[in-house]
Amino acid sequence: MASRAIPASLGLRASRGWRVLYHRLRRAPASLVGGSIVLFFLLTALFGPYLAPYGPTDQNLAAMLQPPSLGHWFGTDLFGRDVFSRVLVGSRDIFVLCGSGTLGAVAVGVFVGLAAGYQGGLWDEGLMRLMDVLLAIPALLLAMLLLAVVGPSYGNVLLVIVVLYIPMVSRVVRSVVLELKTKDFVEAARLRGESSLYIMFAELLPNALPPLVVEAAARFSYSIFLVASLGFLGLGVQPPSPDWGLMVAEARDSYALAPWVLAAPAAAISLLVVGVSLFSDGLRRLLRPGVAGG
Amino acid sequence: MGTPLLALDNLTVAYDTEEGPLAAVRGVSLSLGKGDRYGLVGESGSGKTTLGLAVLCYLAGNGRVTGGAIRFGDADLLTASAGELRRVWGGRIGMVYQNPATALNPSLRVGEQIAEVARAHLGLGRGEAHGKAVAMLAKVRLSDPAAVAERYPHELSGGMLQRALIAMALTSNPELLILDEPTTALDVTTEAVVLDLIESLAEEYGSAILYITHNLGVVARLCDRVGVMYAGELVEEAPVNDLYHLPLHPYTVGLLGSIPGLDADKHRAPLSTVPGRIPRPNELPAGCVFVPRCQLAEDACRAARPLYETVAPRRSSRCRRWLELAGGWRGAADTSPPAVTAATSGGAELSAQGVKKYFPTGGAIGNLLPSLAGPPVRAVDDISLSLPEGTTVGLVGESGCGKTTFGRCLVGLAEPTAGTVSLGENRLSPSVAGRPRPVLRRLQMVFQNPDASLNPSLTVGRAIGRQLALLADLPADRRRERVAELLRSVGLPESYAARLPEELSGGEKQRVAIARAFAADPGIVICDEPISALDVSVQGSLLNLLSELQASRGATYLFISHDLAAVRYISDYVAVVYLGRLWEIGSTAEVFAPPFHPYTEALLAAIPVPDPATPRRRLRLAGNVPSSVQVPSGCRFHPRCPRQLGQICETEEPPWRQASSSHRLCCHIELAELQRLQRLAPSTVEAANDA
Repeated sequence: MASRAIPASLGLRASRGWRVLYHRLRRAPASLVGGSIVLFFLLTALFGPYLAPYGPTDQNLAAMLQPPSLGHWFGTDLFGRDVFSRVLVGSRDIFVLCGSGTLGAVAVGVFVGLAAGYQGGLWDEGLMRLMDVLLAIPALLLAMLLLAVVGPSYGNVLLVIVVLYIPMVSRVVRSVVLELKTKDFVEAARLRGESSLYIMFAELLPNALPPLVVEAAARFSYSIFLVASLGFLGLGVQPPSPDWGLMVAEARDSYALAPWVLAAPAAAISLLVVGVSLFSDGLRRLLRPGVAGG
Repeated sequence: MGTPLLALDNLTVAYDTEEGPLAAVRGVSLSLGKGDRYGLVGESGSGKTTLGLAVLCYLAGNGRVTGGAIRFGDADLLTASAGELRRVWGGRIGMVYQNPATALNPSLRVGEQIAEVARAHLGLGRGEAHGKAVAMLAKVRLSDPAAVAERYPHELSGGMLQRALIAMALTSNPELLILDEPTTALDVTTEAVVLDLIESLAEEYGSAILYITHNLGVVARLCDRVGVMYAGELVEEAPVNDLYHLPLHPYTVGLLGSIPGLDADKHRAPLSTVPGRIPRPNELPAGCVFVPRCQLAEDACRAARPLYETVAPRRSSRCRRWLELAGGWRGAADTSPPAVTAATSGGAELSAQGVKKYFPTGGAIGNLLPSLAGPPVRAVDDISLSLPEGTTVGLVGESGCGKTTFGRCLVGLAEPTAGTVSLGENRLSPSVAGRPRPVLRRLQMVFQNPDASLNPSLTVGRAIGRQLALLADLPADRRRERVAELLRSVGLPESYAARLPEELSGGEKQRVAIARAFAADPGIVICDEPISALDVSVQGSLLNLLSELQASRGATYLFISHDLAAVRYISDYVAVVYLGRLWEIGSTAEVFAPPFHPYTEALLAAIPVPDPATPRRRLRLAGNVPSSVQVPSGCRFHPRCPRQLGQICETEEPPWRQASSSHRLCCHIELAELQRLQRLAPSTVEAANDA
């Protein structure tokens, strides 16, 4: 019964499927917590701008560095901007940036992985050595290098996330393809005259989905880190955007006076990263019952 | 009988799963005396392996004995302490597992692993233990045991490993030896040698044997008592001769009927089968567990679980209607129409001329610099064969002889190194990519492993529908109908179109694979070991299905298999392959009667026949199929040939000899001489029995 992943849970007759799902979730309560955290931030990303009591960039020099109060839940920063509103609005940026970056990396990585794995030979050598080059340079260093060349901007940060994460995604896809491409069902497809493209996308890709989903969730959580780090270094999203990393960087100077300005975005980053990690771990258990060691 | 050595009393074993506890073994009672040989037979999923592990108190983490008792000698194993159990394991009970490749530690030398048993259970010192290990390896007739002891498991072949494991299990001279499908992973010829060995060693050591298997032929050879398990219950138990001659449970009747005997023939009668599949432990019917698949079931069977009755001295059956069975009921014959060779579909004949397939050795460096590459693996080395229309040609040989590669060359999945494949007058492109659609449509394949031949993430309906879309000119709206039709024709309900492969049993998957191959009415189907991965009861029904489809559609088959009984049943012509070459070819009746090629003769002698009364031919092949990198000189078969003549066999390639217009074989021995030798009592040929 410890069979493959997604089809396993979807294929079962509904009642049994739900019971199995419930049992697996119960064994991994942490993933429920992680899921709730992610869901919470997703809601703030969707509705944050409408809920925020102040504009994220509205300055009020009369109320600089105010401690948390009923009016300003997380206090105010050096320019008198409401930290709560900035964190709230900033969550949308994070989700859009990291989400689309991860999706982009998945889209390109799937192509690379399928082509390298299925075509083999020179395709495989060429593509995978290129991926190795990308992997050989430390991620943050590579990101800084790229941004130094193309200049820091919203779009370029997105591009950096995509470039950085293509190798990981393509490796996951390639490993699944390598395992499956000699199987008889692929041979049967060749025997009825299917094109390589059809075999790659319609026969092989569906089987790579479970590990791909898990990998994407992991990449998403790393990209939050990356965006925050780049923001902190001043290479990411530029001021006055309410970027969490940028907020941490700006709050450093007034840390002794107003620790809340630093604490709020830092806590948001940590909480979201922990949440996504727990969630992706849960996904892994859910999609691959064998790995959970049940 | 005195106190039994092993007594199971009403044993129940359950596994804790996500869906709650599942009872894999329910209420099994059996006993073994000293020196008894007990065969436990059943399909996969019948709980026989679980029972074997429970006897050892060695269940997986989520398994536990929930009721009953296990007594071994005077000890109660269920309440024994861990220390006591350790003394029993490997000391008083030896175990041999199914897959020899995974049963040994890959990073320790074979001799060391056997010596460990001697140290732990016999209290020997390091040096003595090593000596004992070598002695045990000699006992299992491995040549040069001292050298084998120094090797690592991956350096030994499957047959040698299984012998080493038997040596290990016997090291401590155990009172009971549990063998869990010890020969299932081996070739027929190796299996025969290993079974001989088990038989003679059991006699020598006086150990009792609990032999777990699905192969009724093996049990007939080796055991004196048989228990048949079904869905976790013991349904029948009898002395071996009685069981084979008068089975008293419909399941046993079905199992025996689904094995093609060596005289069965598709033109005479279809095999009787056990329809359906074994129920999961949580889907058991209320009354008798066998009701859904039973042809004798009546209302009373559904109402209450039948008693496990003692029906004769030393015989028990869990069937209410055993008396009728005792009257000679042998299963309703399959109602399908008798197989007749239908008019052929008017295509052209598939033939191969001088096909060779060499695989380069030496990896990437060899590819770049051919001069550095070693000699190639000559998987297929000059085979010419044609498939007469509407007939089945059986291709037999041990694993590694190139029969699968040849099949792949025919359909174009492997490109032949030399030689051509033609369809009628039409020379086909060597690669499947270069073949036009009408050719693809005519030439399809059924693969060996049912788990790998269907895409796990596509439904059955899509798998078959895609075949229709590409190869049959069928408008999209007619496809659904046609899929349902195809599913019905392979004996599956239409609702299966919506299922994923993992919801199907192995046999059902193979039926879907057959439906897919037949979707666009191919003229020619290459069947690559289509039944060898399946249970006995399922094998029979698939053979029936294949011959039925052949009769109704006039298809031509190349039936690749190492199972000679199945080949004999389904084939009109048989070709025997060894080391990439054909050695004998002829009509089935001719190939299966003398004069044989000595290789054919040995293959035939190796088959375990499911009838204890059949006299056995003791003709065994020595060793393994040699590597196809360094093919032996002269006749390729000479190093293993039991009838080798001498010098001439080692130096000269044998000539083809024409036995009749349709029967040829390739041997240095004159046909008349072969005929004379093989008419003699076969046992006069002494086994050259070493590895």
